[in-house]
Order: sequence, then C-alpha cells, then structure tokens
Amino acid sequence: MLTLEGATVRFGDRTVLEAVDLAVADHEIVCLLGPSGSGKSTLLRAVAGLRELDAGRVLLDGADQAGVPTHRRGVGLMFQDHQLFPQKDVAGNVAFGPRMHGVPKAERAARVEELLGLVGLPGAGGRSVAALSGGEQQRVALARALAPRPRLLMLDEPLGQLDRGLRERLVVELRELFGRLGTTVLAVTHDQGEAFALADRVVVLRDGRIAQSGTPVEVWRRPASEFVARFLGFENVVPAEVSGTGAATAWGRVPVPEGSPQGKRTLLVRPAGVRVVPAGGGLACRVVSRTFRGHHVSVLLRPADGPPLEAEFPLGEVPGEGAEVAVAFRAEDVVVLGAEPQSRS
Amino acid sequence: MSRDVRGSAARLGLMVLPVAFFGLFFAWPVASIVERGLRPDGAWDLGAIGATLGRPEILDVLGFTVWQAAASTGLTLLVALPGAYVFARFDFPGKNVLRAVVTVPFVLPTVLVGTAFLALLGRGGFTDQLWGLRLDSTVWAILLAHVFFNYAVVVRTVGGLWAQLDPRQEEAARVLGASRWTAWRTVTLPALVPAVSAAALMVFLFTFTSFGVVQILGGDAYTTLEAEIYRQTARLLDLRTAAVLTLTQFAAVGAILAVHARTARRRETALRLVPPELTARRPRGAGQWALLGGVLASAAVLILLPLGVLVERSFATPEGYGLRYYRALGSLDEAGTFLVPPLEAIGNSLRYAVAATAVAVVVGGLAAAALTRRAGRLTRGFDALLMLPLGVSAVTVGFGFLITLDEPPLDLRASWILVPLAQALVGVPFVVRTMLPVLRAVDERLREAAAVLGASPWRAWREVDLPLVRRALLIAAGFAFAVSLGEFGATVFIARPDSPTLPVAVARLLGRPGELNHGQAMALSTILMVVCAVCLLLLERLRSDRTTGEF
Repeated sequence: MLTLEGATVRFGDRTVLEAVDLAVADHEIVCLLGPSGSGKSTLLRAVAGLRELDAGRVLLDGADQAGVPTHRRGVGLMFQDHQLFPQKDVAGNVAFGPRMHGVPKAERAARVEELLGLVGLPGAGGRSVAALSGGEQQRVALARALAPRPRLLMLDEPLGQLDRGLRERLVVELRELFGRLGTTVLAVTHDQGEAFALADRVVVLRDGRIAQSGTPVEVWRRPASEFVARFLGFENVVPAEVSGTGAATAWGRVPVPEGSPQGKRTLLVRPAGVRVVPAGGGLACRVVSRTFRGHHVSVLLRPADGPPLEAEFPLGEVPGEGAEVAVAFRAEDVVVLGAEPQSRS
Repeated sequence: MSRDVRGSAARLGLMVLPVAFFGLFFAWPVASIVERGLRPDGAWDLGAIGATLGRPEILDVLGFTVWQAAASTGLTLLVALPGAYVFARFDFPGKNVLRAVVTVPFVLPTVLVGTAFLALLGRGGFTDQLWGLRLDSTVWAILLAHVFFNYAVVVRTVGGLWAQLDPRQEEAARVLGASRWTAWRTVTLPALVPAVSAAALMVFLFTFTSFGVVQILGGDAYTTLEAEIYRQTARLLDLRTAAVLTLTQFAAVGAILAVHARTARRRETALRLVPPELTARRPRGAGQWALLGGVLASAAVLILLPLGVLVERSFATPEGYGLRYYRALGSLDEAGTFLVPPLEAIGNSLRYAVAATAVAVVVGGLAAAALTRRAGRLTRGFDALLMLPLGVSAVTVGFGFLITLDEPPLDLRASWILVPLAQALVGVPFVVRTMLPVLRAVDERLREAAAVLGASPWRAWREVDLPLVRRALLIAAGFAFAVSLGEFGATVFIARPDSPTLPVAVARLLGRPGELNHGQAMALSTILMVVCAVCLLLLERLRSDRTTGEF
C-alpha cells in the first residue's frame, strides 16, 4: 500500500526526517510512536503531499507520488486539532470529501448518515460544529476522514486532546472499526499505551529516524535500544559487560537470557524482573518510595551501589518504605539492548 | 523545492492582472504627467524640485497637510473606536440601518460635505443661528468634516474584524486572572492592531490628500498639497510646480506606507474567527448602556446633523418647503449648465459604480489572494504598490488619463469605461485592505484538510476561504461601490459633458450662482445620499441572509 524509500525532509539546515524507509501493507494498522519533534507529523504530511520530500520517494500502491498534488493522492488525514470547517455543519463536514469526488447528492446523504452512525453520532448531521464537545468533534473528524473512502487513512494524534477514559474506550472502538472496514491506517502518537492498543505494528521514531519497528509485543518485550527502552518508560538501564549468561553491572552480576549478544552492552531490567530474596542473597537496597499502580505496586529502590532501581511487586508482598531488602534479577526480564544508532546532532 | 516554485508561480499568475492594471491605468498616466512637468522641452529640469520645495509658502502647505492629517486621524480614532466596539459587540434595534447611515458620508462628494458643513457651521448656518458660533475658516471645521467622512472607515474596518474575534479568548485571559481592562489590552487589542492600523492608515491617507473639504472650509488660510496641486494644474497651469508637488505627495505617501508595511508584518497573526452573530449581545449594565448612548449621540451630532441640514436645505425654497428644486432636476436649464437633465446623472453614476466595483473586486481580490501567503520582497513591494493610488493626487491621475489614454492602441477617451477604470483605481486598495487581514487569518490547515479530502487548490479556496471571507468580500465590494459613487477629483477631469456623474453634476451646480442652482445641488445631493443608503442597506441585507450549511 504505502512505501517510503529514503524519505528525507529538511527545514532549513535541520533534518526532520532522515532517510526513512517504511512499508505499510494493505489492511495493516501502523502506529508511529515518538516524542514530540521526532518527525512523526512531518512524515504524515509528506505522505499526504502537504510537504515535499527533499530526497527519497513516497509510493502508494507502487506508484511514485512525486508531483501528485494532495487532493489526487486518495489518502485521508485526520488532523490533531480536527480542523473541522467552522462554516459548515456536521453533515457538511462529513459530506465534503464525497462532494469533492463527485458523489451524487442522494448517495452522499446516505453515506453521511452511515458514517455518523458508525462513529456513534446518528442524526447529528444538522448540528453546528462549534456546538460539539471535544469527543464529538473527534468523531466527526474521523467520519469526515473516512467518508471519501481513502485507500490509506492517516491519523495525527487521533486521541490527543481527549480525557483518559474516553481515550481508552475510543482506542478499542477505533481498532474494532478499522478491522471491520478493512482500513489501512498510519497513525501518529506520543502515547505508547495508545500505540500498543491500536496498532498491528509500532514504529518508534527518534530525531527523524526509525529507532525500532515491530509488533507491540515485540517492541515491548525487546526494546531495540536504550532510547526505545527509556521512551517506553523503563528506567532500569545500565551499561554492562556481557559474557555467557551473565553480565557485570553497577548492580553486580545480572543474569541474561541465553544467546544474548556478548561484550560491552546496555542492559534493561524490567521492573517485574526484580524480586526480593532472603537477606544476604542478593543486591542490598533500601526502599525509597512506593507508588500504587492498581494491579501492582511500583517501588523505587536505592542500592548500596549503582543507580536507583525500579521494581514491581504484587500487592501482597510490598516491603515498607525505608525497609532494607535484598533483590535478585530474573533472566527473562533482562534485555540486552542493541547498540545505539549513530546519533547525529 | 518544486512545491515552493509552484507556489511562487501561482502567486505570480495571480499578480499579473493587478500589475498590468496598475501599470497601465496608474503608473503610466502619472509618470507621463510628471514627465510633462519636469521635462517641458526634452531636458529634465530636476532643479525645479529643490527650488519649488524651498519656497516658504510651499513649506507651509506641507506642514499644514501633515499636521491636519495627523490631527484628523487621531480625532477620528478617538470618536470612532467606541463606535466600532458598539457595532461589533452590541445588539440593538436599528443597528443595520444605522451602520448604513454612518457609511453614507464616506460616499458623499467632498465638495458637498464642505458645503454641508458650511451650512452647519458657517455664516448664517445652523450653529450661527442658534448660538452665534461660527467655525468656518478654522481648522476645527476641517477636522470635524474629516471625522464625518472617515468615521465609517474605522467602524467598518475595525468593527468588521472585532465582531468576528472569539470572545472566549478574552474569557480565557479573565480566567487566568486578568482584569477586564487587562484582558482587553493583552488579548483583544493586539488582535485588533492590524485592523486599527490599517484603518488609521486609510484615514491618514484620505485626510493627507484631502481636497474638496479643505478647498471650501479652509478658505485662503489653509491649503493641503492636493488642493495646491489642483490650483497649480487647473488654475495657474503651472505643470512644473504641480509635478513637484505630486512627487512630494507620492514620496510622503510611499514613506508612510513603508512604515505601515513594516509594522503590519510584525503584528499579523492567525486569529480565531467566529460568526459575528455569536459575539453580539444586548448591552448590560449602566456602563454599557451609557457607552451605547454616547456612541449614538456622537453619531447623531456628527453625522445625522450635517445630513439633516443638507436635506432640509434641499426642500427649503424661498416660498417655503417644497419640491421645486427636485422638479427642476428633470429639465434642462436655459443657462446651458448641462447637456442633459441633471437627473440622468443618477443612472450614469450607478452604471459607472457597478462597473468600477466589478473591476476593483476582481483586481483587488486577485491581489489579496496573491498576498495572502506572506513571502519575499517582491510581494511586499506589490502590497505597497496597491496602496499608492490612495496617496497620489486624483487630480493628477485624472489629468494623466486624458493625456495618455488618448491614442491607439489605447484610445479610451470616447469610451465610457474610462471613468470606471479611474474609480476602480481608488477602490482596489479598499478591497485589498479589507480582505487581506481576514484571508490571512484563515488557518492554513483548514485548506490542507480540504486538500486531503480531495479538493483542488481552487476548490479548497472556494470551499474554505470564500465562505469565511464572503463577509469581508461584501464589505470590500460595498466600499468600492461607495468610493466609485463619490469619486470626484479624477472623474471631474474625464467624465464626458453629456454623461456627468452625480458628484460632478453637484459640483457644476454649486459652481453656478443663484439660489436655484444651489437648491438643485442640495436636492441632487440628497438623491445621491438616498441612492447610497439604499445600496448599502441592500448590502447589509445580503450579508445577513446568507445561509449557513451547504445543504
């Protein structure tokens, strides 16, 4: 469906996208994940033709899009702040795309009703967009983007401005909707929870380059680099010397899964992989703070040596604040991270 | 960057027509007449510039021109800004009618306004009879007449934008701890600054080049550059001095425009616009009612009173009130003032004004579209070029038309289109100034949203920009129409004797002695006033009738 080859965009002498290669298959939902300024939105704009590439190619269904103006690319884009047309009502907004594509009036009206039903706003066609709540605007924006049946639907921070509860519910709805319609989706978000919930595949961007690409499970289980690990919210990252199934770190010797790459590496210890052992049997730490997370409690430990350590304990087994404990590490929850890609700067 | 290249090409394409229009019907005539003045016998006489500008009486004219323009602008803003607020934010019965009424002065012939104020403030006039107060031949009469003229410029330009500013922006500031005044000063005022400075600039330019008003109310004591150019050209036939003064006026206006362009560039921002119906409400509390009352009272004294005196005089025959003056308009007088009955001037004026409005909207609209995306030096120069007709002597333009557009391939002397072309020249800057702030305030991403949904750039403009700027476009067209109806300085030179416009006919009647001619002038002016009021009222109608959705 969509292929990017060496896509590069510069703003002046700042490179926003650097030689990005990306392919999105038919019916696939791909989420671009990255901090602000990583080039996510620029990538969408480049695909939509709102921003010319400085190098590389955008192909849709195998056809090079260079020189194809935005309105002929047949892609949809849902803007971060919706950009609903203020002078048109809800139906006018949703019908806009079909109208541009010359769909007859009767068919258009039917399509508007169908889509408004699909996004959960049946009969809202006559309402003014100014009178809609944030969530409703979001739904109208989605219906508007879907209305011309784009071959590729792109979403820029689709749920960015909504409150958490609504967001979590909508993610599920969206995924279900896209699955039912068979829509090919390229979405952009800075929220990993949203990306993992929505996507078949997650692509992590850093400074205009792809840092990692994989299914949500893959990325979550095996972050490719320290950047990805930290972006996903993991704090237990230390330099290590890996040899065999163990690694020497500031926290002492940490077991690593079999077949891990050897030598000077960076190690990630997932909080769940930190467990309490009888005193003297592991790394001595003091409990600095505890944060209740619902299903578990997140505990910050300060080891006698080395950086602070984050751990996760089941509800019943949480040591008190200030307690002295000894911890050991579970090899399955230790990841030997790849070398950091050469950073530009 | 092929996209940028395409964008520039499109921009240049949009500029072609306006540039050609201005080159042919503005730059060429003006340049020709300046050349005639400064190169009388084939050699440039540039020493004339220094010599002319060194003359003390010319320096006096210059000094007074600048001073009265600044004072008039300040006074107009002082009086009209509260008016702009009231029209933008308050709902009250008769608002549309009143808005049309305050616009009427703007289209009245300057000569006539001078006469109306003379009747109001001069010897035997309204205030003289009541209180023995005479202000003619004082600067105050000139300043008041200028406020009378330009009140609508500020109310329409500033009020038009003000009505569309989202009040929630101010509310957001209030919630963040700003007082009412601080919120206005930090949120609304900066948003209004481009419109206010655009309006102030227009007022300054009009008063800087003021002609008819100064001619009549200034007496011998006060003369502006424009009046002096007319005197030198038409009475003394001293083309050399006239050319130097034209250049001086040109340079001064150029300097003002350059300063304005610089400040405007810094200030313009994308604004959140909402439909004006959402922002206006009935006044609340004693303060707001007092403000509304004050604005209505000042408008009544400044605008309705002179107009009222004018109407009263059109009916006041020596035998008591009657229609004698109006009846006389339908027939030819024996003195041979006209080749046709003066009444025909109404049809002429309307025809010319419609054509001039069409030209001004097309040329100005294209120019504004080209200027929407701010870009390089070329575009900025273009922006300034569009404003110049406001600052260049209309007398010079009209005379220039006569001496340049009189030979093939462009022999337009015999064509009726000559008058609308000259009138459109003055209308274009209005169209551009009115539309540009609104066009620039349209969020670029709305156009992008339309493009992504399959709209071509032209379609996106029609679907997104046009509905949002339709209001501005109508206001602009109304302005262009009004200016065309009232244009006098250039038209008086080029209108053919058998098809005078209303202002030309009024001036011709005023120039003849006798109370019948004077009374007919008043009657014809009253008709002109009514024509304008009706047109503007229709425009207001059109504006509020627009439907919201597409379905």
